[in-house]
Amino acid sequence: MIEIKNITKTYKTGDVEFNALDNISFTINDGEFVAIMGPSGSGKSTLMHILGALDNPTSGTYLLDEKDVSTLSDDALADIRKDKIGFVFQAFNLLPRTTVLRNVMLPLVYAGVHGAERIARARTALLSAGLDENHFQHMSNQISGGQIQRVAIARALVNNPSLILADEPTGNLDSKTGEIVMGTFQKLNKELGRTIILITHEQEIAEHADRILFIKDGMLLEDRTIRKSTPRF
Amino acid sequence: MKIQDILSETYGALSANKARSGLTMLGIVIGIASVIAMISIGNGAKASIQSSIEGLGSNLLTILPGIVQPGRGIVSSGRGAAQTLKNEDIDIVKAIDGVVAVSPEVSSRFQIIASGNNTNTTITGVMPDYLIVRNITLSNGNFISDGNQRNIGRQAVLGATVATDLFPDQDSENLLGKTIRINKVNFTVIGILVAKGGTGFSSPDNMVFVPLSTMQKILSGMDYLSMMAVSVSDKNKMAEVKDMITNALLEKHNVAEADFSIISQEDILGTLTTVIDTFTLFLAAIASISLLVGGIGIMNMMLTTVTERTKEIGLRKAIGAKRKDINLQFLSEAVMLTFIGGFLGIILGWLISFIVTSTGILATQVSLSSVLLAFGVSAGIGIIFGYYPARRAGMLNPIDALRYE
Repeated sequence: MIEIKNITKTYKTGDVEFNALDNISFTINDGEFVAIMGPSGSGKSTLMHILGALDNPTSGTYLLDEKDVSTLSDDALADIRKDKIGFVFQAFNLLPRTTVLRNVMLPLVYAGVHGAERIARARTALLSAGLDENHFQHMSNQISGGQIQRVAIARALVNNPSLILADEPTGNLDSKTGEIVMGTFQKLNKELGRTIILITHEQEIAEHADRILFIKDGMLLEDRTIRKSTPRF
Repeated sequence: MKIQDILSETYGALSANKARSGLTMLGIVIGIASVIAMISIGNGAKASIQSSIEGLGSNLLTILPGIVQPGRGIVSSGRGAAQTLKNEDIDIVKAIDGVVAVSPEVSSRFQIIASGNNTNTTITGVMPDYLIVRNITLSNGNFISDGNQRNIGRQAVLGATVATDLFPDQDSENLLGKTIRINKVNFTVIGILVAKGGTGFSSPDNMVFVPLSTMQKILSGMDYLSMMAVSVSDKNKMAEVKDMITNALLEKHNVAEADFSIISQEDILGTLTTVIDTFTLFLAAIASISLLVGGIGIMNMMLTTVTERTKEIGLRKAIGAKRKDINLQFLSEAVMLTFIGGFLGIILGWLISFIVTSTGILATQVSLSSVLLAFGVSAGIGIIFGYYPARRAGMLNPIDALRYE
C-alpha cells in the first residue's frame, strides 16, 4: 500500500526555485497496476524517484506499507529499495559481460541470500518473467532487447518486492516487442498479484494498466480507472 | 556482502578489461620487484662483507697501542706511532680467563730482494699462535715455530701474493729453502700460505712473516708491539673478556686512562654494516619511487573505472547497494590489483636477484622480511590509492548515476 500525501519537491538553481512536484497526493493499493502519464518535464520522473526511494521529497509524507520513508537517510533508503522495490529501467541497465542468471542474482547479493537459494530464486524469477531456460547462461549482451527487458523484470521480481517500478520500460523497444513486455507485466499483475507502477508518456502503453494518473506541471491532473483491478490474494 | 561475492565481483570487473588491469598491475610489479631486488643486493653485500671480516679470524679482539678515536675507525688511527704495548703485556693477556690464544704482532715495511726480483711489502713479526688466531692455512712447508722464536731464527713464511711477486715462475713447493733478503739480512723460506683472497685492509696474502723476536731484535730494533690479536673461547664472552683485558692492562701500565684500544670484530662489523644499511636504504628508497608511481597508476585507473561504470554504480544502488557496499567493491578491486601485482613483483624481484647471483657478481639474499614488507606495502598502496576513487564511487547519487550517459 502506497500513500502519497502532499508531496512537494523543489529544485533550486541559483535564486530560481522550481517545484517539480507541487502538493501531490494519491493512494495505490496492493495488487494495482497503475500507469503514471505525463509529458516530459511534468514531474513524472521526479515522482518515480520518490516512489522508488531514490530521493527524499522536500515536504509531505510517503508511506510505503505504513512506513514513512520520506525522511530516511541514504543508507536506510537503500534498505527500502533492497527489500520493497524492484526497478525496471528504460535503458536496460544489465551488467555487461555477465550472465543472465548472475544479473538476476545481483539484488540477492546485497540482500544477503546465499548459495542454492540464491540460484533457485533467480531461476524462479526468470521463469515468471517469461524467459526461456536455455538463455539463463547467456551473456547479457548476447540476447535480444525484449529478452533483456524480461531479464530486467526478473531482476526486479527476485526480491519479492511490494512494488515494481517500471520507468519507460518499452522506450527502447519496437512496438511488437513492447507488447510482449507489457504482456509480461500484466501477467505478473494478474497471476502473481504484483503491485506495478508504470511511468510512460505513451497512451497505448499506459492503457495496459488498470488505472492511469495524469501528471502535469507537478500536479495530479486526472485519476482515471480503466478497469477494476484484481485485488491481491 | 560476503567475501566470496566481493571477490567474484572483483574478478569479473578486472578480467573484463584485461589489458588495462595488466598494464596498471605492471607498475606495481616493477615497483615491488625493484624493491625486493635492491634489498636483496644490499643484504648480499652485507653478508659478503660480514664473511670477509669473520674470515680474518673468529671471536677476535684486537689490542692496539694508543687510543683509537671512536667514530674515526681503525683506518685513521695512525697505529704504530704509539709505543705503549710491550712484550710483557703478552703474558698478562694470556693469563686471562676465556682467552684461547694471543698473537702479538710487529709490522713494518721493508724492501725484500730474492733472486733479482724485489718488492716492498709488510713484514710481520709473529708467534706460532698467529696461525690459530688469524685462521689461515699453509699451502706448503711450516709456519714460524716456537724454536724459531726462541733462537731469533732467520726464517720467513711468504703470503701467496708475495711469493708470486718474488718468484714469478716457480711452483710454491720449489720455494721452500730459498733465500730472500729482507733489509740486507738473509732469511730462509720455510712456508707458503694459501691465498686468502680480498679480505681488505690487512690481507696476509701481501705479507711476509718472520719470528717476532727476529723482527724486534734484528729488523726493526724496537721492543714494542704493533698490535695483539686475541682469540676468545666463546662469542658471548667477548665483552666480558674485553673488560678483563682492559682492567689487567690498566693495572699493568699503571695508568688511569687507557693508553691502548681494544677493538672487537663487532666494532668493525658494526661500522661497515651501518654503511651498507644506509646504502641499502638508499637503493630501496629509489626503488620505492617506482612503487609510488605504480600506485598513482592504480589510482588513475580506478578513477577512470568509476567514471566509466557510473551507470552500473547507479544500478547497484537502485537495487539496494549501500554506500559501503560500493566502497568495498571498488576498494577491493584496487587492493586485488596491487596484491596480484605485488605477488608477481616478488617473483620477478626474486628472479632478478637470482640472475645477479648466477652472474657471480654478488651472492644476493632475498629476506623473508623484505618479502613480507613488499606484500604489506603493495596491499597498503591498494588501500591508499584505491580509497579516494572508491569513496567517489560510493558517494555517487543513484539518480545522477542512472541518468549518466
